[in-house]
Amino acid sequence: MPDVRALDYTGSERLTMNMGPQHPSAHGVFRAILTLEGETVVGVDAVIGYLHRCHEKLAETLAYVQYPTIASKTDYVAAMSSELAYVMAAEQIGQFEVPKRAQYLRVIVGELQRIASHCLWLGTWCMDMGGALGGGATIFLYCIRERELVLDLFESLVGARLLYGFHQVGGVRYDLPDGWVQQCRRTVDLIEQRLDEYEGMLADNPFFTMRTRGVGVISAALAQDVGVSGPLLRGSGIAYDLRRAQPYSSYGDFAFDVPVRPAGDCEARYLVRMVEFRQSIRIIRQALDGLPPGPISSRPGVKSLAQVKVPKGEAYARVEGPRGEVGCYLVSDGSNKPYRMKWRGASFSNLAVLPHILPGTSVADVVAIMGSVDPVFGEVDR
Amino acid sequence: MTPERARELLTLVEGVTTIEGTAPIVARVQPEAWQATARFAKDTLGCAFFNFLTAIDWKAEGLEVIARLDNLEARVSVQLRTKLGAGGTACPSLVPVYRGANWMERECYDMFGVEFAGHPDRRRILLADDWEGHPLLKSYAVDTPHPPYR
Repeated sequence: MPDVRALDYTGSERLTMNMGPQHPSAHGVFRAILTLEGETVVGVDAVIGYLHRCHEKLAETLAYVQYPTIASKTDYVAAMSSELAYVMAAEQIGQFEVPKRAQYLRVIVGELQRIASHCLWLGTWCMDMGGALGGGATIFLYCIRERELVLDLFESLVGARLLYGFHQVGGVRYDLPDGWVQQCRRTVDLIEQRLDEYEGMLADNPFFTMRTRGVGVISAALAQDVGVSGPLLRGSGIAYDLRRAQPYSSYGDFAFDVPVRPAGDCEARYLVRMVEFRQSIRIIRQALDGLPPGPISSRPGVKSLAQVKVPKGEAYARVEGPRGEVGCYLVSDGSNKPYRMKWRGASFSNLAVLPHILPGTSVADVVAIMGSVDPVFGEVDR
Repeated sequence: MTPERARELLTLVEGVTTIEGTAPIVARVQPEAWQATARFAKDTLGCAFFNFLTAIDWKAEGLEVIARLDNLEARVSVQLRTKLGAGGTACPSLVPVYRGANWMERECYDMFGVEFAGHPDRRRILLADDWEGHPLLKSYAVDTPHPPYR
């Protein structure tokens, strides 16, 4: 907790306010113990851990075949990215090959997941800022409507809408059903049109601009020092995207732009994500056009617990998830279970920036800033 | 800065025992040189990005603390590792060097019981304050009732 005595104290009464873990705008189970002077935040103590399920310990007790479905449950809004990080780490140590078709399918579902996740972020964030945006619920419902279309695609692919179990060591579990490609094209076409509508509602809205411009500034130096990644890092002026910096799953085959905004405020993070929506659509179209034929797994039919053994060694695999760098650090002792697994959750590091940027802002801005960080608590406390 | 140049420079740092690989560069350091090596990585190698910090319990050999630091522009990654020795839990804190180490070290204390000397806020972060034991230690039993929660 920052030392409140260091801030200029004008003599008024100080108030301690608990924001969360049940506050409707707290984005999950986050408790911020705010020290207030009037409406101004002078101290923040962040409390996390309400959801903690000891994922890392759990991974050490489960076989490589079993854990990917559990990996979904870390970042449950973008389950595809966490699954991918885990199986990629196991593939790196075991040097298992992944067929080209599986790599393209991983890209397609990964980008669809980014769209679905950003939809939920945009909707809930606008709801947070509520009143200023004419209720805010309108755009929330719009976003959920579009998110559902993407979840329909996932449902017809894997049979689940939230937690997928799609990736497996050596490839993916399911191939595309009939008509899926056409359905996917229709969906992204529609979402692309709707994005124009969202921007029409928000970009020209003076209330939206007032609530976001210059609010919650994260400098480039602070962002790196804390290890903030994803749209937050790029919104602070650093052009770093793992899909470009360290291409995995054939990302090198696709043309796309990495949006960067220098301001570091809530508006910059919003603008970065809005460009990412469109770039994801661009990648999906290229991947659907160039989808290669062939097998979807180099290890088909691997189901029993002992079948996937990974040689001794360690690897750190990372994926550019919707919230930033999702990393999985695996240490193998040669058995069918990892000796040690570490989740590097993007939300955990992103959220850790809050105590550095909240002091000096108003209570209402806390809500806007927290929403712009887009934390998912399953990934924060794992 | 290139990974090869970073490797060369790291060999000059006192307390670095072995260096392997290039992506990432894995440098094993003495616990006494832990903070100084991290500062060197930040200031000289340009690794301004604090990626993560964690530990591994090697059972009889004791705990090993690992930190990953990145230079995003030059694409240089450094993984620092230090062994605390059998039964050892004392490790210098990286918070004076990287602010991002704050939550990561709290988590590491919570899960492994590593005591980071110089950390400004040594509280549990993920588990309740009155939780007994450190769950990611290999000696922590998972299948027995554990008071007061199970």
